[in-house]
Amino acid sequence: MGIIRKYRFMILRRSSQLSLMFLFFAGNAYGWSVLKGNLSSSRIMDEVPLSDPFAILQIFAAGSIVSSEALLGALTITTFFAIAGGRVFCSWVCPMNLVTDLANRLRRTFRIDSAGKSWWMSRNTRYWVIGIGLIVSLFMGVAAFEWLSPVSMLHRGVIYGMGAGWAAVLSIFLFDFLVIKNGFCGHICPLGGFYSIIGRFGLFRIRHHKGKCTLCMKCIEICPEKQVLSMVGKKDGMVLSGECTNCGRCIEVCDDNAMKFGMRYISKIT
Amino acid sequence: MGDAREEISEEIREETNGRRKFLIETVRGLGFAVTGGLVWSGFIEGKKAYPFILRPPGAAPEESFLVRCTKCGMCVEACPYDALILASPGDERPVGTPYLMPRERPCYMCKDIPCMKACPTGALDKSLVSEKDGHGKAKLNINLAKIGMAVIDRENCIAYWGIQCDACYRVCPLIDKAITVEYTRNERTGKHAILAPVVHSDACTGCGLCERACVTKKASIFVLPRRVAMGESSERYIRGWDIKDEQRLEGVSPETKTVTPRSSKDPLEYLNKGDF
Amino acid sequence: MSLSRREFLKTTAAVAAATAVGMTVPDELKAVVKKTEAGWRWDKAVCRFCGTGCGIMIATRDDRIVAVKGDPAAPVNIGLNCIKGYFNAKIIYGADRLTDPLMRVNEKGEFDKKGKFKPVSWQKALDEMVKQFKKYYSQMGPTGVAVFGSGQYTIQEGYAMAKLMKAGFRSNNLDPNARHCMASAVAAFMQTFGIDEPAGNYDDMHHTDTIVTWGANMAEMHPVLWSKVTDRKLSKPDRVKVVNLTTYTNRCSNLADIEIIFKPNTDLAILNYIAHEIVFNRPEAIDREFVNKNCVFATGHVDIGYGLRDNIKHPKYKVSEMDTASKEAYKILTKEEARALGSLNLKPGDRLDMKNAAQADAHWLISLEDFKKGLEPYTLDFVAELAKGDPDEPLDEFKGKLKKLVDLYAEKGRKVVSFWTMGFNQHTRGTWVNEQIYTVHLLLGKQSEPGNGAFSLTGQPSACGTAREVGTFAHRLPADMVVMNPKHRATSEKIWKVPDGAINPVVGSHYVKIMRDLEDGKIKWTWVMVNNPWQNSANLNHWIKATREMDNFIVVSEAYPGISAKVADLILPSAMIFEKWGAYGNAERRTQHWRQQVTPIGKAMSDTWQILEFSKRFTLSEVWKEHKITDKVTLPNVLNKAKEMGYKETDTLFDVLFANKEAKGYKWPDPIGKGFLNSEAAGDRRNVEGFKGYGFFVQKYLWEEYRKFGLGKAHDLADFDSYHKVRGLRWPVVDGKETLWRFNSEYDPYAKAANHGRFAFYGEAFKELPKGDLFGPKGAEKVKIHNKAKIFLRHYMEPPEVPDKEYPIWLCTGRVLEHWHSGTMTMRVPELYRAVPEALCFMNPKDAKTYGFKEGELIWIESRRGKVKARVDTRGRNNPPRGLIFVPWFDENVLINKVTLDATCPISKETDFKKCAVKVYKA
Repeated sequence: MGIIRKYRFMILRRSSQLSLMFLFFAGNAYGWSVLKGNLSSSRIMDEVPLSDPFAILQIFAAGSIVSSEALLGALTITTFFAIAGGRVFCSWVCPMNLVTDLANRLRRTFRIDSAGKSWWMSRNTRYWVIGIGLIVSLFMGVAAFEWLSPVSMLHRGVIYGMGAGWAAVLSIFLFDFLVIKNGFCGHICPLGGFYSIIGRFGLFRIRHHKGKCTLCMKCIEICPEKQVLSMVGKKDGMVLSGECTNCGRCIEVCDDNAMKFGMRYISKIT
Repeated sequence: MGDAREEISEEIREETNGRRKFLIETVRGLGFAVTGGLVWSGFIEGKKAYPFILRPPGAAPEESFLVRCTKCGMCVEACPYDALILASPGDERPVGTPYLMPRERPCYMCKDIPCMKACPTGALDKSLVSEKDGHGKAKLNINLAKIGMAVIDRENCIAYWGIQCDACYRVCPLIDKAITVEYTRNERTGKHAILAPVVHSDACTGCGLCERACVTKKASIFVLPRRVAMGESSERYIRGWDIKDEQRLEGVSPETKTVTPRSSKDPLEYLNKGDF
Repeated sequence: MSLSRREFLKTTAAVAAATAVGMTVPDELKAVVKKTEAGWRWDKAVCRFCGTGCGIMIATRDDRIVAVKGDPAAPVNIGLNCIKGYFNAKIIYGADRLTDPLMRVNEKGEFDKKGKFKPVSWQKALDEMVKQFKKYYSQMGPTGVAVFGSGQYTIQEGYAMAKLMKAGFRSNNLDPNARHCMASAVAAFMQTFGIDEPAGNYDDMHHTDTIVTWGANMAEMHPVLWSKVTDRKLSKPDRVKVVNLTTYTNRCSNLADIEIIFKPNTDLAILNYIAHEIVFNRPEAIDREFVNKNCVFATGHVDIGYGLRDNIKHPKYKVSEMDTASKEAYKILTKEEARALGSLNLKPGDRLDMKNAAQADAHWLISLEDFKKGLEPYTLDFVAELAKGDPDEPLDEFKGKLKKLVDLYAEKGRKVVSFWTMGFNQHTRGTWVNEQIYTVHLLLGKQSEPGNGAFSLTGQPSACGTAREVGTFAHRLPADMVVMNPKHRATSEKIWKVPDGAINPVVGSHYVKIMRDLEDGKIKWTWVMVNNPWQNSANLNHWIKATREMDNFIVVSEAYPGISAKVADLILPSAMIFEKWGAYGNAERRTQHWRQQVTPIGKAMSDTWQILEFSKRFTLSEVWKEHKITDKVTLPNVLNKAKEMGYKETDTLFDVLFANKEAKGYKWPDPIGKGFLNSEAAGDRRNVEGFKGYGFFVQKYLWEEYRKFGLGKAHDLADFDSYHKVRGLRWPVVDGKETLWRFNSEYDPYAKAANHGRFAFYGEAFKELPKGDLFGPKGAEKVKIHNKAKIFLRHYMEPPEVPDKEYPIWLCTGRVLEHWHSGTMTMRVPELYRAVPEALCFMNPKDAKTYGFKEGELIWIESRRGKVKARVDTRGRNNPPRGLIFVPWFDENVLINKVTLDATCPISKETDFKKCAVKVYKA
């Protein structure tokens, strides 16, 4: 039981990620209609449309009129993640998270960081990438990020066959493993950046209880976006940054019960 | 310049440090943005340039198609014949976009066009495969699809040799419209006729059943995107014997541009300068 | 002398052109062609597929076929081919070619009916085959065993099997798949002309002004001939007219000036309308001189059943089959039938008892008045309403077309050729409808002249050459002779050097009857060669079940695993066409020979070898003893007579029939085979189970003996060697010259010798007939009608099964250009497989809409007998009218013959694959 409790969010997240991917896969392979399409656009039960709002935004930027279905789908997704808050998409839906989490784990196992920092990149890069992406979309007349998104390559690959997409996924893995810690999801991925912005005012939040904190720093060590935990050991408070992925790893590793999920606007801070 | 810099006092330096840092970071960001943007654009340009891709029925013209397609793959899932392929990295085609390889699997031209219906973004555009019925209501008509156009290599097509083949003609879902048989006498034997297939661009949907069926080693009839396969005649000449041909005038600019190296010079310049 | 590519092309073209126009090619040029082609060997052969008989050239290298080309010197195709012919080089190299004998065995390796197939040696295979044969032969006699032969046998193979069965085993249970193909044409030829096979030849296409196709989709089934027709049309587009009569729009309609879509079986009525129109309204069109001099009028019984089982309550019938089955005993006449049969005083609702089913072929002479009386009901109004096949076509339009059709036939000076194939032949009144087309041509005197004539096209490459001319039928002997005729038997016994009385006088079981006898346990041993009975026969569920559930032994000689192999007990791997010496005879009487080009694959052996090896295992005492055939007929013991002829009881059938003194006179090597293999004569590099060859030229022997039958009988064939010097010859070959138009004294030496004026229909069968009226023969006196052809009065009748409420749709089956018959060969050619990978159900779009079927949707097609699934196609090559579907039969995954009805023409015993009633619904 202890183990399960220790990894309760991890198990839920993985189940969520895998079952979503499986439903997409089954939609193609077995014709199940629960979830058809992929993370770019899809339909639930052949009826409810869902669309990746960032992709739709790029299509807008590229100067195209978007069908009402796609708009509705994008709106649905935006609303959902805006309410859910933080980058729930990244840690609960996106299959790339499995790859980068593995890279991160290996990075810890092999103590890659003990050799000292060799590369640095701004976490704000992703916002630049969003901007560039939209500008490139404007100039090239296509949804620019969608043309090289490794995230899409991965989920499309799982559903329709990888082709040479393995190379992209592998390079992300190696980048995160050997080059920059949390390099892709934490620094580059514009989709993550986009959801950071959307999820900024969402409901579900990590709460920190300073009183219980023993300053062991395990939460900081495990967190893929450690800048969001700036209050740890300093003051009680909620993680308000949209960059938090709501993965819950900090709660799991905290032996002191100093971290919890809470509801912004509703739960008390302590 | 070096001297001038040294002359700046410590205070000023500290004061400017914050702004400078911001400035430098912005410039660096911009540099990153420009470099990345250019590389990014170059990558897209390279992929976009692939001219031989065949899109599902109802696909908007390639430029619009590429911008509208979210690469969700729902058209691929909807195809009952598994004919559509979603380009994966390494396919030399825009990744994630759907396409056809008729020699492997052609479009079987479903009357209800499920691939088009599955498209959430209008990249597969209903209006391009619909027509008005008697009551002015839009009705699907797969025969309006313009996936591409079949082109015949008459050198290698064995029907043009006089072999009785026409496999392409017989599988054509628009038989006698998109592909007809042209009868000519076989002068070599003097006793047989050559029954040669001919493609008609007005009816050909580019479904590729012909390419699939072709019995030569490499298909001698094959589908190319229409923009690749077809020429375009000047709208400044209309076929006098074809009343429909006037349609080509629609939306044509009244201005006619005609510049040749010979006509590019100003007449006065020509008349007044140079030797006789 | 070195040649550039361009020069080479020019020279080969010149040679081809020169050969085409009959010029002598300068030797210098010939040498050039030879030199350029060095590295491989070219030799002439014939296309494996249809009855057209295109000549091909085969290139071999290292004992492998590397390429084919159309033979520029072959008069039929002058270097062209269709796409099946184009792939002749690939057909013997299918990946799943059978290479070893396969037998159903138990764990101990002994034969077991319930066992699984395992490879066995030839020795073991033949031993078991013989053991099983002897078991059933001794139990049941010659009627207990049977052979499914073929119109794709080489002539020599068919001849060897006919000799073994008829002279050796004294069994007439040998019948070819050609029974399914042109038996009706044969019966009509025999009844009308007294001799089999077409009068004209392919040059008719280049002379005629009018081509009328009746139930013949030549555009797909005879593509090279269709290109000849097309060329004729192009040569004089205004003068030359093409009319396509069919039950659904097919590719011929594309070229046709007139397309006439008629309701199934009403071709009988349309032909009578033409005759009616000529006789009543355009008597000036009748060629009176021709008719008076060369023709007589005749008719036969109408109450002849439909070739179904006599026992309409047969225990193996399913309940659902009973109502159709009952038609064999009686039929309640419909309004239309009663009107058509008006001259017989029949009324609607009358019960017509099928009293004359047993003498369906009986016919007698009638007067012109009776003939006219019989035709009276077939007016335009009656026939147009009855025959209009497309419910959406206005009646007046249809009437207009029928009138135009008569105009074309009747126009003085207009030459007309009528072509037909399976639409006429596969017909419950197939013999009748064949005879009716002769009626029209004979009345008009448009027969047996260049460009004028009724021309039956054959489907198979040697339906004429082997099945018909050799007579691999249950009632036939070579050269149109029949087992019932004592003189014919005597002639055959003499040529075969077997004792007088050896040949069984009782007609054997025809193809469909062999199937029924297997189901009834009346035949328990059967051998299939060069065909696929369990895919090609109608009402398959019965016959498939019989193979596995009854006590019997099925041997299948095959090159590839198909349905028939699957239901067999023993499979013998067989050499294919270019792996043996052989000859085929095409639809214009052209006999074409070829040499063995390569060694057979694996342990495959030719059918000739299989037949001869089998014959080695029987002594005369086992077969020439007494056999009871029926209650009335017992075959005598002929062993004493055999001894008088110098045979010993212990002699084997091989010794007597095949390796006799005469045979051994045909030495191998022979100059004609210099540089070529002969696996039967000399063995081959494989040394299969130590076989070193028979030591004599067996194929030449069989040929030379066989041709004795036809010499002087208007069936003359040339000697073996001649055929290796030319591109085929059209028989009768008299004094080295082929015959172009038979019965025409200008071209036919036999007609000239008859001294009967310009025409002489000199065939001898059925030329002494009683006289009678429309109701039957009157008196026993027989009239001799030598040199005359018969103008038959035949009537319109419905087929035994017509669409009704429960089964509302007509099903018609047939072929597609890309595939040959059951697809055994063509489905193994990747390009042809890809071109047409499955059989589709062609349907009218309105019907599809009514039933709610989508394009490409899988549907069930179900009849009273069985059901199969197929995909709907409403926009393909064939466009049926509402109420009719067309399904090709090449695809064993769409085994449409589970659905079809095994009704036959009662005279020819040929199955009607073109008509039965089905229902369709979503799968």
